[in-house]
Formats: sequence, structure tokens, C-alpha cells
Amino acid sequence: MEALTQRVNAIIKDQLGVEQANLVPEANLLDDLGADSLDVVELVMALEEEFGVEVPDEDVETMRTINDIVQYMGSRVDSAQ
Amino acid sequence: MSAVIRGTGSSLPESKLTNADLERMVDTSDEWIVVRTGIHERRILKAGEATSDLAARAGRGALEMAALDPDEIDVIVVATTTPDMHTPSTANLVQRKLNIKRPIASFDLNAACSGFVYGLEVTNALLVSGRYKRALLVGAEAMTRFVDYQDRQVSILFGDGAGALVLEADEGHGDVLAITLKADPSVGDLISIPGGAAALPASPYMLTQRQQYLRMDGRQVFKLAVQALEQVTHDTLKDVGWPIEEVDHFVLHQANRRILKAVAERLGIPDEKLPTNLARTGNTAAASIPILLDECQRAARFRPGDQILCATFGAGMTWAACALRWSLELPPPVSV
Ligand SMILES: CC(C)(COP(=O)(O)OP(=O)(O)OC[C@H]1O[C@@H](n2cnc3c(N)ncnc32)[C@H](O)[C@@H]1OP(=O)(O)O)[C@@H](O)C(=O)NCCC(=O)NCCS
Repeated sequence: MEALTQRVNAIIKDQLGVEQANLVPEANLLDDLGADSLDVVELVMALEEEFGVEVPDEDVETMRTINDIVQYMGSRVDSAQ
Repeated sequence: MSAVIRGTGSSLPESKLTNADLERMVDTSDEWIVVRTGIHERRILKAGEATSDLAARAGRGALEMAALDPDEIDVIVVATTTPDMHTPSTANLVQRKLNIKRPIASFDLNAACSGFVYGLEVTNALLVSGRYKRALLVGAEAMTRFVDYQDRQVSILFGDGAGALVLEADEGHGDVLAITLKADPSVGDLISIPGGAAALPASPYMLTQRQQYLRMDGRQVFKLAVQALEQVTHDTLKDVGWPIEEVDHFVLHQANRRILKAVAERLGIPDEKLPTNLARTGNTAAASIPILLDECQRAARFRPGDQILCATFGAGMTWAACALRWSLELPPPVSV
């Protein structure tokens, strides 16, 4: 989980240009990290490329915080193995 | 035999549709539009004019630059998603509006926003065949006639306009060095104008369903656009054998500043190599690339010998790119 969190954080940091200190699990993408709807689209693209999975739109709706993304990617990567 | 670009032209309608105008029509804001798209205003055709009027004006501009008379053209190809009518073709109407007396060849071609690059492949092949000497290639659109001004996602994006090239057959290496054309209709539902043609003919019911207007899934289109532009640029550069640093200008389809930015980041394109007119024009579909080529030529931004990569994507889904070696001379300096 630790390694997964780091991979997710690295992508969020790169895509949204946020400070390391703001990368806390409960940080909300839109409200705390200043992302807008298209930033989320780009972030999802970067996650898809990093983890080699496709994220359907319905699932994107459930990803509001960093922790949501880590949990989601964890479940997707596990089930793919 | 090869094809050389002898002139460029473009035409935008006079009337502007600003973000402030849109605020009065749909639930949106100038800030939302600018942040998500980079668009401040688009041009909108006046009543009584249609696609062929813009196309003929753009064509005239390109012919003047080429110092050619309309009657010296052998074939007209108009790339458009929004023709004046089903038939005659917009190219036929342009032929008439240019007062061309000879019964030359003229036809339309539809590959949505990729139409201009598709048209370049076709026009180039006609000239290379040796059967045609001079061609007028136009990308022309009246997008606003197909925009639902109750749909806030679509109405903020599109504008009208036309851009044109005059190309001539030549014995040298030519200006068109590589072209890639692609289509993936399995995702064709992401953008469509479903009604008003053979599948769903005009009817009162069709109109109540607003099926005559463009429908779009913006988010999915955004994703596919970024991926397609990156891939097709790589493929075309590989084909022509240019490392990415050797491209002088990336003339990308002007759809959304955020798409341009995402693609530029992925490919490492610096701002000064990425001309843009999107803020003023909005998305003019097949007209987008030729309008920008003409504006860059007239602003002396292109120099003879410059290496230019054009890439585009659109409904279909289609995507395409071309590598050009510019040979037009700089325009004469404008006296002020
Ligand atoms: C159209 C586009 C700007 C929409 O941006 P988006 O972030 O995908 O917009 P979404 O539909 O996800 O909407 C995000 C939010 O903004 C709202 N919204 C959509 N359009 C809006 C507008 N014009 N003004 C204000 N708010 C708007 C939505 O209702 C949604 O709000 P909600 O989350 O409270 O429901 C963007 O998807 C895009 O440009 N895509 C590419 C389209 C393209 O290039 N097409 C041409 C191909 S040739």
C-alpha cells in the first residue's frame, strides 16, 4: 500500500503541481488541491497510463480524495494480477 | 511529381459571439469558459450567408497570394462537416462563386475536424498523378448553424470560418512530405450530428428531439484527442524522419487550449512553436488548421524552409497529421 500511495502521490503532484505537504490522504482533489474537471480528466489519463488500466467514467465519480484514488487503484491493480 | 503550396487564404465572418453573449444564452460564465477552453470569442455567420461564401473568400485570398486567376484552377476540394446543403456540394458552389468558366472538377470531402488533412492527402495525390496542375483546397465550416444554443457544453466551443491553400504540381521534392490519416468509428458516438440526413430525415419529431444539432461527450473526446494528437505526431515525425526538436511550428487543431497544453506537455513543445488563434476563433473544425496556416504566413511567422507539423482530431472519430516543408516567401512588409 505504501508503494502504491507513493506512485499515486507522484502522479498527483506532477499533474496538479501541488506541494508535497498537501498530499494527505483526505485531501479533496477539487476543494483542497485546486483541480478543475479537466484536471481530473488529465489526472485519470495519467493514472491509466501508469497502472495500465482503464477507468470508466462512473468510477471517476467515486474518486474525490487521494485516499479514494489509492483504494481504487489498489483494487484495480490487485484484481488485474 | 509533387505538390507545392503557392498561396494561403482565410476568411472569418465579421460578427463575434463573445463569452458575455453566451452568458445571456446558457448557464455559464466567462471565467468557466476561459479556464476550461481558452476561448474568448468566436465568429458567427450572418443570416443569408453559408459555408461556401466563407470558402470562396478564403479561396480568393489564396489565389491572390498565388497570383493566379480562378480560371487557372483544375480542381476544388472542400473539406467540410457543415455544407451549405446536401447537394450541390459546397465545392460546386465555390466554383460558381469564384466565377470559374471551365467545367473543372469540384467535390466535398467529410472527415470532420480532420477534413483538411484528409483533403491534403487527396489533393496531393491528384497533383502527384500528373492529371491536375493546380488545386484549391479549402477547409470551411458553418459550425454555429449546427450548435444547440441550449447546450452549454457545445455552444461555448464552436465558431465559423474558412481557410484555403492553392497547390501546384511541381517537378521538385514538394512541400508535403508525410501524411497520416486514421479513423476509429467504434467511438463514433462521442460526437455526432444525428438528424437531418438519411438515417433520421428531417421531421417535426426529429426537431423536437433537437437531433439536428451536434451532440458531444466532451470528457471522452478530450481524452481521446490528447492521446490521438500525441500518437499521430510521433508516427508522422517518424515517417518523415524529423526529431521533434527539428520541427519549427506545431499547427494543431484549435479545439481547446487545455488539449493543446496537455499535448504540448507530453511532447515537450515550447510555447513559441505552438501558434494559436483559438481565443478569437473558437473551434472551426476543418477550417481550423488552414486558417492558422494563413494567419502565420501573413504575420511572417513562417519562413521558407521551416518544418511544420500539423495534427488534428475530430468526429468519426478521425485523426490525422501532416509534415510540411514551407516554401512560400515571406509576405512583403506592411507599410504603416
Ligand atoms: C466541453 C468541455 C470544455 C467540458 O469540460 P468538462 O470539464 O469535460 O465538463 P463536464 O461536462 O465534465 O462538466 C464539469 C462541470 O461543469 C459544468 N459545466 C459544463 N459546461 C459548462 C459551461 N459551459 N459553463 C459552466 N459550467 C459548465 C457541468 O455541468 C459540470 O458540473 P457538475 O460537476 O456540477 O455537474 C471539455 O470536455 C472539452 O473541451 N472537451 C473536448 C471537446 C472538443 O474538443 N470537441 C471538439 C472535437 S473536434
